[in-house]
Amino acid sequence: MQVSITVNGQQRTDEVEPRLLLAHYLRDTCGLTATNIGCDSTSCGACTVVVDGLSVKSCTVLAAQTDGSQVTTLEGLAGPDGEMHPMQAAFRAEHGLQCGFCTPGMVMAAIGVLADNPDPSDREVREGLEGNLCRCTGYHNIVRAVQTAAKSGPAAGQVPQSQEERA
Amino acid sequence: MIPSPFDYVKVRSVDEAVAALTEHGEDAKLLAGGHSLLPIMKLRLAVPSVLIDISGIRDLSYVRVEGDEVAIGAGTRHFELERSETARTEVPLLPHAAGRVGDPQVRHRGTLGGTVAHSDPASDLPTALLALGGTVVLQGPDGRREVPITEFWTGFFETAMSPDELVVELRVPRTGDAGWGYEKFTRRENDWPIVAAAAVQGRVALANMGGSVLRATATEEALARGASIAEAAALADQGTSPTADMHADQEYRRHLARLLTRRALEKAAAAAR
Repeated sequence: MQVSITVNGQQRTDEVEPRLLLAHYLRDTCGLTATNIGCDSTSCGACTVVVDGLSVKSCTVLAAQTDGSQVTTLEGLAGPDGEMHPMQAAFRAEHGLQCGFCTPGMVMAAIGVLADNPDPSDREVREGLEGNLCRCTGYHNIVRAVQTAAKSGPAAGQVPQSQEERA
Repeated sequence: MIPSPFDYVKVRSVDEAVAALTEHGEDAKLLAGGHSLLPIMKLRLAVPSVLIDISGIRDLSYVRVEGDEVAIGAGTRHFELERSETARTEVPLLPHAAGRVGDPQVRHRGTLGGTVAHSDPASDLPTALLALGGTVVLQGPDGRREVPITEFWTGFFETAMSPDELVVELRVPRTGDAGWGYEKFTRRENDWPIVAAAAVQGRVALANMGGSVLRATATEEALARGASIAEAAALADQGTSPTADMHADQEYRRHLARLLTRRALEKAAAAAR
């Protein structure tokens, strides 16, 4: 079947099998390999991307279900000149990662946390990230990074608005 | 993990969904959020030949007051129910239970109708719905019919639905300021309940204490006789048939049912005005 999906601001049309998972579509069809597949069972959150403004686990979504949607992956966050998204910058500043495997999903989920609640408590950050596991257990710095991002302004809770301009 | 091949049909209305179910028969499954169905398809525990995607039916997503009831569209996603001001005011147990499902990403996808139709005995929202009572509204080739919630779940992944029907609406009584409690025991925050208990207005429902969500009838009868919360909760596991798994054996689940029922009833009593 044919799907038409806007990925990081670029509209694409691809022929896919109905059973193709969004995570595999992004990695194998689009070549966007920041989205990691960890548990492959909706638990770990490593594959989290943003679909039409909402964080989702792309291992449990069919590419077919996102036909006509806007999908944002970690690759879609930085500006055209390579300037990091406020959430990326905060993860860097606070060293919100150790091995880095959970980081793309963690960053995308964290943007969703701030989209819902621009000024969360530490507990609310932890609850908002309950669907993302860090096996290095680096949670303290991740929470600190989300708080740093929250203080940087509302853009930290949004995926880039003007992606079409780069398309 | 990749599901077996299937054909994918996207429908735009309930009538189209019913027509597709009629055409494709028992080999077809409805796809809404997909967060119960796709995991079991990836494990090849379910191998439908056709998926009928109903997520594009826009008029299935609503929460509104209708007389003494709150009507909720089957396509309402968990995060929408969790945040609904109408639901929080009129039937607060339900949005609370919606917020206990999985994690934010899961709640962004999963739908009320999906979790009701899936009939997993370890589900938050069916447990809350069973304690509330009310009606499941189904639509099939012969039109709409209503099934009392108490008669809807018939066993492990089994319901009173026919293969050519879909859930279109849930109707629950408005409970307003009535006290309620929902107690869920998990090993990890975003898990399914090992056991859960929902209590409101003297009714108690249990998750994962048998083949389907079920009512703690001995506890309810004791409360109706005027028994104390402690006395009534001590009967919560009567008539249940919990399974044993790596999380808990049967006796531990029975203990949890009694304990969580007591806590849920105490919260309901403390919150009642």
